[in-house]
Amino acid sequence: MALKGNLRDFSITQLLNLIHIATKTGALYVEGGSDTVAVYFRDGKISFAQNANQSFDLLKILASSKKLKRSQVVMLQEKFKDLQPAELGLCLVNGGYLSQEDILDTLRAYYSGVVKQLFIWEDGFFHFEGPESAPEGNIMVRESLEDLIVEGARKLKEYEQLKDEIPSLEMALKFSDRPGTNMRAINLSQDEWRVVSYVNPKNSITQIAHATRLNEMDIRRVVYALLQAGIVEIIRPASGAVITPGRTFVAQDRDEQKSIVNRLIDRIRAI
Amino acid sequence: MQTQTVKIVVTGPFNSGKTELIRSVSEIDVVSTEKKITAEAEKVKESTTVAMDFGRITVDDDLVLFLFGTPGQKRFDFMWEILSEGMLGFIVMVDSTRPETFREARSILETFHAYAPTPYIVAANKQDCADAWDVEDMRVALRLDHSIKIMPCVAKKKSSVKNVLLELLFGILEEMDANRS
Repeated sequence: MALKGNLRDFSITQLLNLIHIATKTGALYVEGGSDTVAVYFRDGKISFAQNANQSFDLLKILASSKKLKRSQVVMLQEKFKDLQPAELGLCLVNGGYLSQEDILDTLRAYYSGVVKQLFIWEDGFFHFEGPESAPEGNIMVRESLEDLIVEGARKLKEYEQLKDEIPSLEMALKFSDRPGTNMRAINLSQDEWRVVSYVNPKNSITQIAHATRLNEMDIRRVVYALLQAGIVEIIRPASGAVITPGRTFVAQDRDEQKSIVNRLIDRIRAI
Repeated sequence: MQTQTVKIVVTGPFNSGKTELIRSVSEIDVVSTEKKITAEAEKVKESTTVAMDFGRITVDDDLVLFLFGTPGQKRFDFMWEILSEGMLGFIVMVDSTRPETFREARSILETFHAYAPTPYIVAANKQDCADAWDVEDMRVALRLDHSIKIMPCVAKKKSSVKNVLLELLFGILEEMDANRS
């Protein structure tokens, strides 16, 4: 079955959660702009990840994480030229340069970092191919997704909290009617001042966002800050009518009601 | 004797297959109030349900089941509240091939459940398409608890629609029993 879509509609956190819960094995490809990220999973855990635009150089990765010195990297590049990462890793361990755990720890962090890049992608086509394995010759790890999901979820939670505070961007803003508020004494950021300049009951928050070139997350953050400071108020639409559900059954007796449902079941079976 | 009419509401995002589902089992030609699509983003099909679809299944002289399909587009959501009044249960149709509609489906589900906390079932439609998401993947994507039934569905197939309706009715019976105990 296909597992594909766009991050715009299905966030990376949701996707990782799905892979984690379903303990999936396969490859997740995410394409956004000119970038393509491939993440491989085995039983719902990250085994390998790579950004197609970034070359995978094990020695440089180990140097970046301070497991190797720059001078060692130059020497090892010459000594182990043209080796695949798995072979190179073995040579490093056998040569006593590093322990296996050093290499695996570094790669766990590196692969997680590749996945974290995706958290800031708002748009990107993804597809999951199962049970595809990582390209041969690479070093596989088993990195649980739980921490990554928590981190992604935290960002999502912030966004959701802002959405709760500002449920609709189609609402307008007006300056609060508090006579004691001294606008000159309030310190506002540059974005907040830009938004303040558009506050008018005729301007929706969406229109202000367009005018100030703020994305959805940022306009919500700014409006929330202005609300907290007591500078503006959201003009909410009138609340809807109270809902009074009609009666489902004419009969009040529970057995009669069950009988009705059983008759419906028999009828539908006979269609 | 007074005729008892009962109502099941079929809801879900735009183009999820609500009209198709009702058409598959209704004994009358479905009364649809359809209109040509104007919004650019919704031009997946030529016309859409504006007010509601209406189908009927007669059980006998004194019992009739009505199936009401809600308009799929958000701008007609003022109709949802009216349609949900007194419903026996509801079906949330979700297009298994369009994950971009899952979030909206979840939102519709929550809205209807808030209107009337009646039993409901999620129908993962278009399961015959190659692009269809697996039902259990959809459960995770839609954040459905394991107690909520999600059924694979092909709305144009009568047998598939029957299974969905039956599962909903079984759920209604279970809830009646649970409320009693």
